[in-house]
Amino acid sequence: MNYFQLKTRLTVQIPANLLTAALKGFLVLSAQALLAGSPTNIFDPAATPARSIFGLSMLVLSVTLAIFLIVGGLLLYALIRFRHRSSDSGHEPAQIYGSNQIELSWTVIPILIVVMLFLSTTRVIWQTEAAPKPASAVDVTVIGHQFWWEYRYPKLGVVTANELHIPISNPQKPSPAFLEMSSADVAHSFWIPRLAGKTDLIPNRVNTMWIDPPVAGLYLGQCAQYCGTQHAKMLLRVYAESPENFTAWVKQQQQPANSDLSGNPLAEEGRAIFLRNACTSCHTVSGTSATGRFGPDLTHLASRDTIASGPIENTPQNLRKWIDDPNIMKPGSLMPSMHLNDHDLDAITAYLAMLH
Amino acid sequence: MANATTTLEAIDLNSPAARPPRASVIYEWLTTVDHKKIGLMYIVYALLFLVVAGAQALVMRIQLAVPNNHFVSPQVFNRLFTMHGTTMIFFVAVPVLFGFGNYLIPLMIGARDMAFPRLNAFSFWLSAFGGFLLYLSYIAGNGLYGAGSAPDVGWFAYAPLTAKVFSPGHSTDYWTLSVLLSGIGTTGTAINIVATAFCMRCKGMTLTRMPLFVWLYLVASCMVFVVVSPLSAAQIMLCLDRYLGSHFFDTQAGGSAVLWMHFFWIFGHPEVYILILPTFAFMNEIIPVFSRKAIFGYPAMVAASVGIGFVSLSVWAHHMFTVGMGPAGNTFFVFATMVVSVPTGIKMFNWLATIWGGKVIYQVPMMFAVGFLFQFLMAGLTGIMLSAAPFDWQLSASYFVVAHFHYVIVGGILFSLFAAFYYWYPKMTGRMMSERLGKWHFWLFIIGFHITFDFMHIPGLLGMPRRVYTYEAGRGWEVWNLIVGIGAIIQTIATLIFVYNLIYSYFRGKIAGPDPWDAWTLEWATASPPQPYNFAVEPTITSRRPLWDLKHPEDPDSSYE
Repeated sequence: MNYFQLKTRLTVQIPANLLTAALKGFLVLSAQALLAGSPTNIFDPAATPARSIFGLSMLVLSVTLAIFLIVGGLLLYALIRFRHRSSDSGHEPAQIYGSNQIELSWTVIPILIVVMLFLSTTRVIWQTEAAPKPASAVDVTVIGHQFWWEYRYPKLGVVTANELHIPISNPQKPSPAFLEMSSADVAHSFWIPRLAGKTDLIPNRVNTMWIDPPVAGLYLGQCAQYCGTQHAKMLLRVYAESPENFTAWVKQQQQPANSDLSGNPLAEEGRAIFLRNACTSCHTVSGTSATGRFGPDLTHLASRDTIASGPIENTPQNLRKWIDDPNIMKPGSLMPSMHLNDHDLDAITAYLAMLH
Repeated sequence: MANATTTLEAIDLNSPAARPPRASVIYEWLTTVDHKKIGLMYIVYALLFLVVAGAQALVMRIQLAVPNNHFVSPQVFNRLFTMHGTTMIFFVAVPVLFGFGNYLIPLMIGARDMAFPRLNAFSFWLSAFGGFLLYLSYIAGNGLYGAGSAPDVGWFAYAPLTAKVFSPGHSTDYWTLSVLLSGIGTTGTAINIVATAFCMRCKGMTLTRMPLFVWLYLVASCMVFVVVSPLSAAQIMLCLDRYLGSHFFDTQAGGSAVLWMHFFWIFGHPEVYILILPTFAFMNEIIPVFSRKAIFGYPAMVAASVGIGFVSLSVWAHHMFTVGMGPAGNTFFVFATMVVSVPTGIKMFNWLATIWGGKVIYQVPMMFAVGFLFQFLMAGLTGIMLSAAPFDWQLSASYFVVAHFHYVIVGGILFSLFAAFYYWYPKMTGRMMSERLGKWHFWLFIIGFHITFDFMHIPGLLGMPRRVYTYEAGRGWEVWNLIVGIGAIIQTIATLIFVYNLIYSYFRGKIAGPDPWDAWTLEWATASPPQPYNFAVEPTITSRRPLWDLKHPEDPDSSYE
């Protein structure tokens, strides 16, 4: 709302901005028509940070479009009007060396436009980056890894990977998710275009950002800072859920891993193979001796929709293929093939599929 | 005026330098310290790398034409974009621009060579060796033990991806050392250009009569002093980290990844201006000559160039709006970045005013200049979008940024360079480039350019990050990437026509004569190509356009300036 007040004030100050106000409506419509149908469209904002960026971007787009039309139009006119014609006299045109008045005017007008854009931009920067954290906020620690995401909810005692669950935020009673972000290895960047701009995850440094989607749904994105071989398949999934669903999800994630494998001897055998192999040095399954932290926490693996940080659907077939040799599905993945035989693969897959 | 008339007599317009006999060619070129030969070597060397790096781009576009493609592996793709970026910036753009500068600056100021001819040759061979070293990584990157590989850390090589633990083998070292070497070469040439512009001008050429071309090279060269040193320092620090156990960028031992970003971008952003200022230089010569008018507002153009030089040194962290600098830091860099658009705008308007009231002749150099004007306008405006930090949080590291800087580098710098090639080729070789092939080149290239880079903005708006070797279907990116790929093929064909035209015209082109464009600066007062000594007698000038004065003794510029 503040943004529109600011813009109204500036419109009064700078008449040239009237044109841009008209262009803005045109832009909003055409941008949305052109770009419809993408789940990662920055012009289809679904949370406050993305929405205030959208407002600013429409202002900037209309100002720049107006400049393009005016300067480009003049240029086109001059290039056509002042072309050399074959009927021409052959004399050189009048030589004009400059004009201080004209040059002053096209210095001052751009300065005014710059000041206007700078003030509008500054407002959005401070609104977003300096926003106070409400007591009802949900804290999440996000840690980037080559090539997956670790999510820890310090107040809720939940650890998960690759699929971030947050409650929707009611504008009357906001419960935004505040993300504290860092990296375990190289630089990454967290980007869910419909929720917010990107924030980098940099080792030895903690950055913060917040998101508050009011509508439940799945929001997609992916790592936006080149981080090595599989940068392209370091996808992001954010599940915004109603408060009840979120609470239920948290309850379920707080449980230790499913240890009741009775009636499934293959899964029981799989657990033994899992714990006997080097799997445990990288993966955690709570309630067992597997406490590795290098790879994703597998305690509730079967409750996730995808594996390998997003690109692969979580089905027993895919899981088996993945465990057999991760480098076939995601070349460059840091998880090695354990060279298991068919029986062991079936058993481990059966076990992991039980970890709801 | 008496002086001006005597010079025309003294210049031996009708004795072009002979083409040397074949046997001595190699020896002569390897040992030359002639600024013209060194300039040409820079240009040819850059053209070779242009073809190589262009081919790399084409392979990447084929890979991205459809989602989940397997044309190349992720490892190969990552090497391709690293090599493409590094090659295009350090071994195409910088050498080709220095090549034109080397060739033309002494001619334009009426000098017989650069101030330091041997330093000139030394700088060229250093840069050339840098390029060789970069490509040696393909066979030697992993040392003697394994198959080789090129660097795959991206052209800005963010720490700590370059640390030994994440980048084993020697590929990153090849990148570091080649960039370091070319940086030293660049600094040497910049010293040379500054000394030449200050000390070697002919009689009567005060700084206020120096061609704008030389002014822009002067500003760009001064910027090189300031910004290449931090890059070289960072490269040395990275080497220390990798081999002597220091921890500047080693985050696992408490080093700082952000420190590298600052070091890199305080070089990296001014570098863009170091590349664009020489192309402004080309425009400042070509637009007036083909509009048949003096440049509008010479003093304002000089002031704007110097202004860009200073302001652009304080904008680097707009590449870092997403690293968490905090609102105060972000606000400062928003302001600095937006302010740089003011002097840039002044240049645009002055070119417009130069065309206004002129008689524009549409030959190939001017056609490329017109392409430059529109595309540079567009690139400047997407630059303003990126300077608004919150908008940049969405756009940075996306395909929108890739489209933006290719608009600057291809739509701006490369178009301007093509104009320069068609304009000065007659001076350098004595023959005109084919106008017919030139028009084919222009139209195909501009169509291909717009198909590729206009549509490349869109996947960025739809959330597609850069440097991905493939992407998921269903994000709305497929059709745009396919279109972009088609444009890349058209540009490739156009570039091949250009290369063919360069070779064809060398042997079959029309004889150019000393002054084919009826131009006004001193290089056109020499034979084409000029003798090794350039001018038989040192010229004396009395205005910014000495040849205008000679051609129009009844109405010389000197009576107005």
